[in-house]
Amino acid sequence: MARHVIDPITRIEGHLRIEIEVENGMVKDAWSSGTLWRGFEVFLKDRDPRDAWIITQRVCGVCTTVHALASVKCVENAVGIDIPDNARLIRNLIMGAQYMHDHIVHFYHLHALDWVDVVSALSADPKKTSDLANSINQNAPNSGAGDFRAVQEKLKKFVNSGQLGPFTNGYWGHPAYKLPPEANLMAVAHYLQALSLQSRLARMHAIFGAKNPHIQTYTVGGVTCVDDLNADRISEFKYLVEEGRAFIDNVYLPDVLAVAPFYLEWAGIGGGLKNYLSYGMLPGPGGKEPESLWFPRGLITDRDISKVHPVDASKITEDVTHAWYKYRDGKPLHPSVGETDPWYTGIETDRADGKYSWLKTPRYDDMPCEVGPLARMLVNYVSGHKSTVENINGVLKALNKGPEILFSTLGRTAARAVETKVIADNMESWIDELAANIKRGDLETFTPYDMPDSASGFGMTEAPRGALGHWIEIKGKKIHNYQLVVPTTWNGSPRDSKGRRSSFEASLIGTPVHDPKQPVEILRTIHSFDPCLACSVHVIDPKTNEVFTTRAI
Amino acid sequence: MCQLSSGFSPKSSEERVKALAGLDRRDFLSFCSIMAATLGLSPSFIPKIAEAVEKAARRPSVIWLHFAECSGDSEAFIRSSYPSTEELILNILSIDYHETIMAASGEAAEAALQKAMTENKGKYIAVCEGAIPLATPPGPNAKKGDYLTIGGKTGLELAKEVCADAAAVMCVGNCASFGGVQAQRPNPTGAVGIEEAIGKPTLKIPGCPHNPVNSVATIVNFLLLGSFPKTDNLGRPLFAYGKRIHDHCPRRAHFDAGQFVEEFGDEGAKNGWCLYKMGCKGPETYHNCSMVEYNDGTSWPVKAGHGCIGCSEPNFWDNMSPFYGRLPNVILPGVEATADKVGFTLVGAAAVGAAAHGVYTFMNRKKFDPTLKDKEE
Repeated sequence: MARHVIDPITRIEGHLRIEIEVENGMVKDAWSSGTLWRGFEVFLKDRDPRDAWIITQRVCGVCTTVHALASVKCVENAVGIDIPDNARLIRNLIMGAQYMHDHIVHFYHLHALDWVDVVSALSADPKKTSDLANSINQNAPNSGAGDFRAVQEKLKKFVNSGQLGPFTNGYWGHPAYKLPPEANLMAVAHYLQALSLQSRLARMHAIFGAKNPHIQTYTVGGVTCVDDLNADRISEFKYLVEEGRAFIDNVYLPDVLAVAPFYLEWAGIGGGLKNYLSYGMLPGPGGKEPESLWFPRGLITDRDISKVHPVDASKITEDVTHAWYKYRDGKPLHPSVGETDPWYTGIETDRADGKYSWLKTPRYDDMPCEVGPLARMLVNYVSGHKSTVENINGVLKALNKGPEILFSTLGRTAARAVETKVIADNMESWIDELAANIKRGDLETFTPYDMPDSASGFGMTEAPRGALGHWIEIKGKKIHNYQLVVPTTWNGSPRDSKGRRSSFEASLIGTPVHDPKQPVEILRTIHSFDPCLACSVHVIDPKTNEVFTTRAI
Repeated sequence: MCQLSSGFSPKSSEERVKALAGLDRRDFLSFCSIMAATLGLSPSFIPKIAEAVEKAARRPSVIWLHFAECSGDSEAFIRSSYPSTEELILNILSIDYHETIMAASGEAAEAALQKAMTENKGKYIAVCEGAIPLATPPGPNAKKGDYLTIGGKTGLELAKEVCADAAAVMCVGNCASFGGVQAQRPNPTGAVGIEEAIGKPTLKIPGCPHNPVNSVATIVNFLLLGSFPKTDNLGRPLFAYGKRIHDHCPRRAHFDAGQFVEEFGDEGAKNGWCLYKMGCKGPETYHNCSMVEYNDGTSWPVKAGHGCIGCSEPNFWDNMSPFYGRLPNVILPGVEATADKVGFTLVGAAAVGAAAHGVYTFMNRKKFDPTLKDKEE
């Protein structure tokens, strides 16, 4: 049986290698490898706990603000303080802006080229493209025949220059591309629109957060941007939210609904695992977790959407059977007591020791789980989260399908679009709350504290790519141990000791592959998870592997 | 100039520029004037910048490599506003290899890289993002640099191969420039900047991540003059890294007046006072943040009430931390030792006229106190 390696996987964050075994045009087996190790936990040791968020934010340049958030939360949990309401609202607004920005960039710039044939757009009729765009959504902006003709001319000029830049060697003309030329041209136009939009939306982070991608306004105890709590900054922020919402409502969601009918077979491909885990996010007034979380914390098992189970963070373990590490007695360990012994044995997947990745393998209560937008939308949906239910039902109705189609590559991509809308639509409520606080003279942004000599805590939240947890242990007012369990470790990890696959590998089984040298079908499913490898690879200092108790938030 | 599609023949030079830059003339000239201002050139250079962009025969080939990093510098780069990312991709540069945005994966991506290197041998710009881990992991088959592999090669092998035939190597971000976050002590992967790894001088646009205004201005300088801008002794362009943040900080007047934020959220914070006592590293940091700001001039750390962390400086993760501990991290010998001198020592012989100022008025009263409780008694 032929084995094929795809390395590097592009249009993702980080360094990922996928190996597949193909039989009769279908993936029979798959191996997912993270190929970079940086050692964050090692250099976090002995640092000032207040600096942890600045350091861990550099774990990832894509979902920057979520690591910043998980980190300040874990230190605040250890110190034992609550933050002022304004700080909660600024953090929610920055989180919401992260989702609005990140999901749009993912769909148009990282994922779209798996479905859209750029070269085919050259042969589209701009008039028919305009008709198509208007038939999908009568509020479609920039959708006259002239607009699409201008985009097509731009594209022709680019192609005729002979310098194809990032479109060089794309899989253009591959039989897996199903869209008519007009839909391709429409998507290319939106790819370009989204490119300028994302640059403007990033300004939402800068308004209160100083800059994007990496913000500089969080601090243990709250936020620092008290001078920006004014009408000018708020209206600037509000304007950008509205610009983003207009795009999500009139371009992003309509595009997903327009493209989906051409790819409905992908509603039955790429489902993978059957358990879905979400830590929940976006705290309400009072900030109590998980009670006040707007997106609830929960677990769905075996695709049973009749109930959501509670989550107990002490049931998380990591296994290194197939990862380039050694554990003394080989058994899976809770992240807070994990061990480090990097043991690199080579990239090949067929060696006797079976190790092939820098990612450890997390399990919840011994179960492999998918994390990310689909997991969150399912947990929300089953929990009766109002706007999620409405929007998911809206999408299912538009496609004339039941919720079972969500367990798929297409379902994952649709869930991300729905989530973008659900969050964007709620931004205004946080802005209004913030404005109301300011109006009555509440400008509090920071809770003073004394750093305890010894303490431990954890911070749980959701990155756009899924469940994110940071754990800290403080001794002598310094970081004694710091741990991260991050989304792509859940999704992209190698098999566990029982040979059970994680999400990427499981979801690839049964995927049709027309030509392994042109693996566009593999990219569709892998990209539907929005892999982010930078934060997935981490390790624990062997000197700090002591048990510590974590307090529930 | 770029080849145009058949059937499209611009009539005037105005139209030609518009077609080439894909911008309307007003936007295009606005881009050119921002670039002139960023580079510190007189307005008379604006038409020359327009001409340089206009006349680029083939768009310069860019090969963008990712090493040990977080992709923050790619993310920053695609937030460029003038010119927009679309202009950069379609009309100004030919970004022939960039793992975050390219359509091809695996073998097709490898082939795109080889093609770009062969066709543009000696002419392409190698943009490097991320550090190179040089250490050898433990393990039976491990070799030097195995903490990072891409397409089966180590980061070190790939960097050497691609940088060898580049016209120039431009490092974006602190990791590629100086090793960055993973190089902080104890540097478990032996991470170093590109220059140290490949043994060849590089141009550096540090920052964590870098400000795209500075990378784009550097590229425009290349298009305009056929060379890269003048740099300091660390390889950082002087137009962006020639001045201290502290000397151009809008809160400087408060520093001179002795008005300091003592605790986040206090009255001083509400009034935009100086963040020196909250750990601001502006007095030791050479960067143009206070002048150009970020994300289309929206804000920058001090404006958002947080001190500078010194992210354009070598090894700032070790040298500038704890980030909430105040400068200077040395015992000053007396009133003669000002924050200016401290900054001077750090960057070597940087040509900055640092005038002595009021820093000693409180600095000689209290030694640097990096402890967690960091308030005036």
